[in-house]
Amino acid sequence: MDAKDVLITFPELLLWFPLLSGLIAFLLVKGDSAKRWATVSSFISVAIVITSLFFTDNNKYYNLNNVSYFWMPSLGSSFALKYDGMARMLCMLTSLAFPLVFLSTLKNNYKKPNAFYGLMLLTQAGLIGVFCAMDALVFYFFWELALIPVYFLSSYWGGERRIQATFKFFVYTFAGSLLLLIGIIYVYLHTPENTFSLKAFMEAKFPAGEGKFVFWLFFIAFAIKMPIFPFHTWQPDAYEQSPTAVTMILSGVMVKMGVYAVLRWLLPVFPQESASFSGIIIWLSVIGMVYASCIAWMQDDLKRLIAYSSIVHIGLMCAAIFSRQQSGFDGVMLQMFNHGINIIGLWIVVELIEKRLGTRKISELGGLAGTSPALTIFLVIIALANIALPLTNAFVGEFLMFNGLFAYDKWVAAVALISIILAAVYTLNMVQKVFYGSANSITAGGIGSLGSGAFLALSIVVIIVFVLGVYPKPLLGLTSETVDLIKSRLTGL
Amino acid sequence: MTIQHYIFLSVALFSIGIIGVLTRRNLIIIFMCVELMLNSVNLLLVAFSKMHHLAATAADAASKAGTDGQLFVFFIMVVAAAEVSVGLAIIVMMYRNTHSVDVNFLNRLKH
Amino acid sequence: MSKLVYLVPLFPLAGFLINGLARKRLSKSLTGIIGSGVILASFIVSIVLFYDVKAGHSGAVSLFDFINTGTLKIPFAFQVDQLSSVFLLIITGVGFLIHLYSTAYMHEESNEHFARYFAYLNLFVFSMLLLVLGGNYLIMFIGWEGVGLCSYLLIGYWFKNNDYTNAAKKAFIMNRIGDFGFLLAAFWMIQQFGSLTFADVFSKADGMKSNDMVLVGITLLLFLGAAGKSAQIPLYTWLPDAMAGPTPVSALIHAATMVTAGIYMIARSNILYTLAPTTQGVVAAIGLATAILAATIALKQNDIKKVLAYSTVSQLGYMFLGLGVGAYTGAVFHVMTHAFFKALLFLGAGSVIHAMHHEQDIRNMGGLKKHLPVTHWTFLIGCIAIAGIPPLSGFFSKDEILAAAFSKNAVYWVVGVLGAIMTAFYMFRLYATTFLGKFRGTHEQEHHLHESPAAMTIPLIVLAILSAVAGFVGVPAVLGGSHHLEHFLAPIFAGSVKKLQHAHHLDHNTEYMLMGASVALAAIAILYAVSRFSKKPDLDEATGLGKVLENKWYVDELYNNIIVKPLRNLSAFFNNVFEKMGVDGAVNGVGKLVNYGSRQLRLLQSGQVAAYILMMVVAALILFIIQLFV
Repeated sequence: MDAKDVLITFPELLLWFPLLSGLIAFLLVKGDSAKRWATVSSFISVAIVITSLFFTDNNKYYNLNNVSYFWMPSLGSSFALKYDGMARMLCMLTSLAFPLVFLSTLKNNYKKPNAFYGLMLLTQAGLIGVFCAMDALVFYFFWELALIPVYFLSSYWGGERRIQATFKFFVYTFAGSLLLLIGIIYVYLHTPENTFSLKAFMEAKFPAGEGKFVFWLFFIAFAIKMPIFPFHTWQPDAYEQSPTAVTMILSGVMVKMGVYAVLRWLLPVFPQESASFSGIIIWLSVIGMVYASCIAWMQDDLKRLIAYSSIVHIGLMCAAIFSRQQSGFDGVMLQMFNHGINIIGLWIVVELIEKRLGTRKISELGGLAGTSPALTIFLVIIALANIALPLTNAFVGEFLMFNGLFAYDKWVAAVALISIILAAVYTLNMVQKVFYGSANSITAGGIGSLGSGAFLALSIVVIIVFVLGVYPKPLLGLTSETVDLIKSRLTGL
Repeated sequence: MTIQHYIFLSVALFSIGIIGVLTRRNLIIIFMCVELMLNSVNLLLVAFSKMHHLAATAADAASKAGTDGQLFVFFIMVVAAAEVSVGLAIIVMMYRNTHSVDVNFLNRLKH
Repeated sequence: MSKLVYLVPLFPLAGFLINGLARKRLSKSLTGIIGSGVILASFIVSIVLFYDVKAGHSGAVSLFDFINTGTLKIPFAFQVDQLSSVFLLIITGVGFLIHLYSTAYMHEESNEHFARYFAYLNLFVFSMLLLVLGGNYLIMFIGWEGVGLCSYLLIGYWFKNNDYTNAAKKAFIMNRIGDFGFLLAAFWMIQQFGSLTFADVFSKADGMKSNDMVLVGITLLLFLGAAGKSAQIPLYTWLPDAMAGPTPVSALIHAATMVTAGIYMIARSNILYTLAPTTQGVVAAIGLATAILAATIALKQNDIKKVLAYSTVSQLGYMFLGLGVGAYTGAVFHVMTHAFFKALLFLGAGSVIHAMHHEQDIRNMGGLKKHLPVTHWTFLIGCIAIAGIPPLSGFFSKDEILAAAFSKNAVYWVVGVLGAIMTAFYMFRLYATTFLGKFRGTHEQEHHLHESPAAMTIPLIVLAILSAVAGFVGVPAVLGGSHHLEHFLAPIFAGSVKKLQHAHHLDHNTEYMLMGASVALAAIAILYAVSRFSKKPDLDEATGLGKVLENKWYVDELYNNIIVKPLRNLSAFFNNVFEKMGVDGAVNGVGKLVNYGSRQLRLLQSGQVAAYILMMVVAALILFIIQLFV
């Protein structure tokens, strides 16, 4: 099938569908039916993305855009989308994440449900746009589009200190975005024909010595989004204060925007600078891993603990990317998907505990293994997947990433590996305090039945954990072409 | 009279205007001072217009150069007249409401 | 036939899934039948595989591509050869007996927890089988972590007790420290050899020169992994704590199988170790030190399971000594005999605990001989076997290691024999205090004393027979045997044997002398212990050195003070100070600065029209001045 023969392509479909259904939910659907509307819509997205996996044409990375129409010809920007391996993988993650979120929060009643679900679907559209964009201006447009609904979601439906936390989150990430915008405009002015396409960006020539400043503009923007040490402090606050449904999207999918952007934009556009600054960035990430692990150990709030554990994982991804090894890239690709799934699973459990027991303080919980065995089994499986036990999905990714780091430098890998010991410490500590021991007055009743939605969502997560843990090949195969192209861009120096 | 005389006169008028605006609190007086400044500029415009026109006609009798300055003066007069009508209306309204024409009453914008 | 190898781990996995998922619906007897049956099935397949290997059909079986990226290709492959088939037999054989035993021992548990127990146990056997069957280091690592996980789950099986879950956590974390080494070694091997498959790694390493830096590094890191899993200094402290788990678990995981994974791994990588004599020295030294240290601690323990736990640590030390001096066959031999007699001892201890209603302190026992005859006799056989008295199995395997140690360095032998004497002493202290003399427990306990049911005594009898006769597969030439095990395993260690070139094979007279000396000393220790403790067990509070030994040389306290506490304080500092004031402080500082600046600037907006105009005029003047003069 050639692109021009078909009425609409998959990236367009994936993008416009949630946008449209989000707008409809926002404007037309009244009351509680918004919940059903959004759930059905998210499942249709899954169906689309699964169908799309069977069509493997047109995924040559840089040369051909699946979709390209002019939207600002005078600026040299075209609405270019691309559905290559990495985009497929991340679109799949995005499209899987939303049904999981909706299913697991089926029992929650949000005020103004039409606005809530409309904004959620809008976020989905923004995320798909980011992952498919092949034009810097389009990319920036969706980058912000994904951020803004999340701001409203968190600041309206969030926890007690939501205003403060979301303000920090918004201003922090927005400051990063502005740096990104400056960087994009700078590169744009140095492209051969003043266009925003990725291809042109890669051909851009900078005056001597200026490339590195632009590199840092881009990098800091992405580092804030990921986030890596020391740009991470918005994250625990935002995760803690956002409604859990939003936290799931934030941590499961949105932080992947940063990792993705580094792979898609930073490395190919600045191969030389990436090489020369890789040392600093890797050490920063690795120190951040150990540091965040230590802090995670000290947390008393389940949400903050998971937030810090996420910083550890993202740090590893960032370090692995900048090790610029084949296996590092492959590992990052796997881990982007798997980390998204696992952390959503963790949030589902936390949400259940918080909603049913009214607290998520580790010190106030205990003995849940006796009173709620099903929840405990799910949590233990997902938590162990989160610390990369073999035959769970995260293992292969982490193994490959550490391998990439080792190939870069033995000592870096050794320091980074300390985090797997600390991961066991804080995870088992949490499991012990929350689930083992005797039940207290808060946990005596258990959390009752999980509810079919949450049970289904957790089952899906666990199935993915094991299937991809035993047989990661399909996912590796999906992204291998993208990895090869990034790699060739780096070695072609 | 040389151009310098005009300049000095208009600078003097302008300064009086500024000092008046800065130091007085009566709105009517401030208003008059603003008018004074406007007119000092008018004076200057006419003076320079005359000067440039004379220099131009000396070289070429048919030249119209420099006359546009006097056009500006008419504009300023028109604008000033419009401004006075609006401004006086505001002052009247203010007097009706506060029984005073003291500008320090008008610091509500601060809050 | 070796194509069927995937069945071996598949059966326990199926058992795990059935017991795990249907745990609420199955009756106890059904759970027991499924749980034990799958292991029996694996055992039968293992026997078939064993004869298949014996007939010369060994090799790798690749199931599917696990990781395949760029140059790195790691298949999900199994290695069926002499070494793995011996371990398969041990694991499934002893595993089956222990499953059988558990059906009776755990009978007090509720249906659901009973099924959970068997699910964990089956999962453990599955992981252990993956570990020994893995055709490359990654599959081995999968099993390696899997057994660690099962160990964690089973130690913390009674999860309501905080001490038990602490022990479980400690075991897992210490194992993770070992895994840290294992993983680094794996990455290094990938970098050096481009593969993790045994055949590739060994053939490429074969060409390297002895004591190459890379090989020493890899082997030391692997040994760190082995030290974590097999409880060697400095990572041994988790094993005694692991006795918190149900006793059959201690028998299966913490005596017979999992803790020998480190020995299996080093035996598997024997070429690498042979090529790194420096590491071998380290292995031997640490093994010996662990053997002695644990033996001294065992002298003063009063918990029946703790004595056995330290004894296990000590015996594992011997195995590492064997590996360190190049006696790979001896180490594997000792793994086998140890699996039999230590499983026997633990199960015997379980039988005693069962009879005593969960009393574990030997000071409250005594005189159990007449109440528990089967347990008593089998336990006695176990004690003689571990003490190294011929012709029971422990003698042959321990002697082989000690002889090899002597040929390497006489000091190793002296220290090793010292450990053996202590072993004989503390085992018979345990035996005498428990089974001889008068009963010292409560009347109620005495009233309820009973021999265990058949499901528990049959495994004891089978293991006792094995402990007694297993030594005959490895009778050394000097005693007129032909050492079947050595011949069987020869292909695995052929490369190393060629490289080691034993400078001087001990002559027969020396060997007789060494054997005689160690047996005589052990016998004296036994007689002394029995005569001393059967009449008058030591019930008093220990003092002086005894107290230090009873408190395990205060190693746990030491670790707590020099590692755990500083790390916790550092983390607390990071969390409370560095993160809040430093990193987040900087971010919030920027916000505060802007806020403060705006607050100050706001003062300019005074609302006084005159002030605004003044500013305007001043600004205009400044601009004029700049325009005119600058």
